[in-house]
Amino acid sequence: MVAIPSRHRSLVLLAGVILLQVLLLAVQIKRDSQGRLIRSWTVGAVSPFERAGSYGFGWFRDIWRHYFALRNTTKDNEELRRENDALKLQVAQLQGKAAEADRLALLLNFRQSHTDVPMVAARVIGGSAGTASQTIELDRGERDGIRRNMGVITPDGVVGKVVEAYPNTAQVLLLTDKDSGVGAMLADSRIQSPVGGTGEPLLAMKYVPNDDTVRMGERVITSGMDRIFPRDLPVGTIAEIKSGNPFKQIRIKPAANLQRLEEVLVLLTLHPLQMKNESAPAEAQPSAAVPATPAPGAIR
Amino acid sequence: MNDAFDLRIGESHIEVHKFRTGAILFATLFALVIQAWFPLRFARATLLDFPLLVTIYFGLSRRNPSTGLLLGMAIGLFQDSLSGPTVPLGLYGIAKTIIGYLASSIGARLDTEHPAARFALTAVFFIAHQGLVFLTRRILLGQPEPWFNLHLLVAALVNALVAVFVFILLDRLRRPS
Repeated sequence: MVAIPSRHRSLVLLAGVILLQVLLLAVQIKRDSQGRLIRSWTVGAVSPFERAGSYGFGWFRDIWRHYFALRNTTKDNEELRRENDALKLQVAQLQGKAAEADRLALLLNFRQSHTDVPMVAARVIGGSAGTASQTIELDRGERDGIRRNMGVITPDGVVGKVVEAYPNTAQVLLLTDKDSGVGAMLADSRIQSPVGGTGEPLLAMKYVPNDDTVRMGERVITSGMDRIFPRDLPVGTIAEIKSGNPFKQIRIKPAANLQRLEEVLVLLTLHPLQMKNESAPAEAQPSAAVPATPAPGAIR
Repeated sequence: MNDAFDLRIGESHIEVHKFRTGAILFATLFALVIQAWFPLRFARATLLDFPLLVTIYFGLSRRNPSTGLLLGMAIGLFQDSLSGPTVPLGLYGIAKTIIGYLASSIGARLDTEHPAARFALTAVFFIAHQGLVFLTRRILLGQPEPWFNLHLLVAALVNALVAVFVFILLDRLRRPS
């Protein structure tokens, strides 16, 4: 214990006694607006320290946030950049899935509107190995009922036909291949003519006499004559017309985007197909209503 | 026990007095009673502060700061208690504690037996006392009021004059040397 010099004892006693009485005063006095004086004094005595502590803490916090914490900013930025990249990739994947869902929904709607035609959806898993042919490979094969010469379509239009069927995959010859063809006709003039590939993006309508009137942009639909595709499926639109000898040289832009196929429908039948609404305009092609005509033969 | 002894400070010799048993208690109570009763009969007696005079007297006589401040505290707190609810305990207590300490300290250094010295010291202590009360009210209680004016000066002189005679009476409570 600290020893107090005798000459100072009375001073210490004085200070203690006065302090006690000051506290006694504080306990008694009650101000109208501030309650008891001791409370007011206590608050007044403590609040400067609280304020100083608050300011000090705020200052320290600001310093920490604005300076020291920035040491980790580079690392945070890197992590955020990585996270951003991952999120971008995820968004792209989700967008792809959403687009895929839309396409599948279209396929489903198409199937539901053509319940009389058995078909199976397949995913495109590969393309041509070379430039000599234009084919795609599907993820479904014989086990799913797919056979050679079955038609392959999308809701947009004709794609091609199955040229090889394996147990789990199938190979499809696209309509643009120079060895491919489909029975078709002009939607307005009802002129029938096979449409075949040229090895180029545009198709060729081969047997339209020069005397027949053909308009640019006129739609070309399936005629059902090939016994592979049902009638009234879109094949494409006329993109180029030239006079020839003895037939017009007509180029057709495919209705289906054959350059970017992802899902297709395979028509699971080798028998001549007839749409259930054969005597009425088709849903997809209301202007292409024509009487049912037996298919004279299939196009290779 | 000796009734008085010499307190040597430097070359001077200050006599420290002892009082009869119960003298301090009696004087204190009497001063408080007079203080409480006198103004009822004589309105101008409000100028007088008998407890303060007792505090000063025993401080100057006993010349012990510790006992002086404790006596001042006790007398002040009693006076506060008798002053009604408008006067908080400690208002006069603080002032008389300090006055008791100062009186004892000064009494240990000066010869305060002469009436003139008693008059002067009492006047000064009275003004100091009122100053302490004023400061306590103003600083601690937030009750500012005018302090030094002619009334205070008159009251100091009156109390100092009365103190000369009261101190003579109180001297009779000392133990004979």
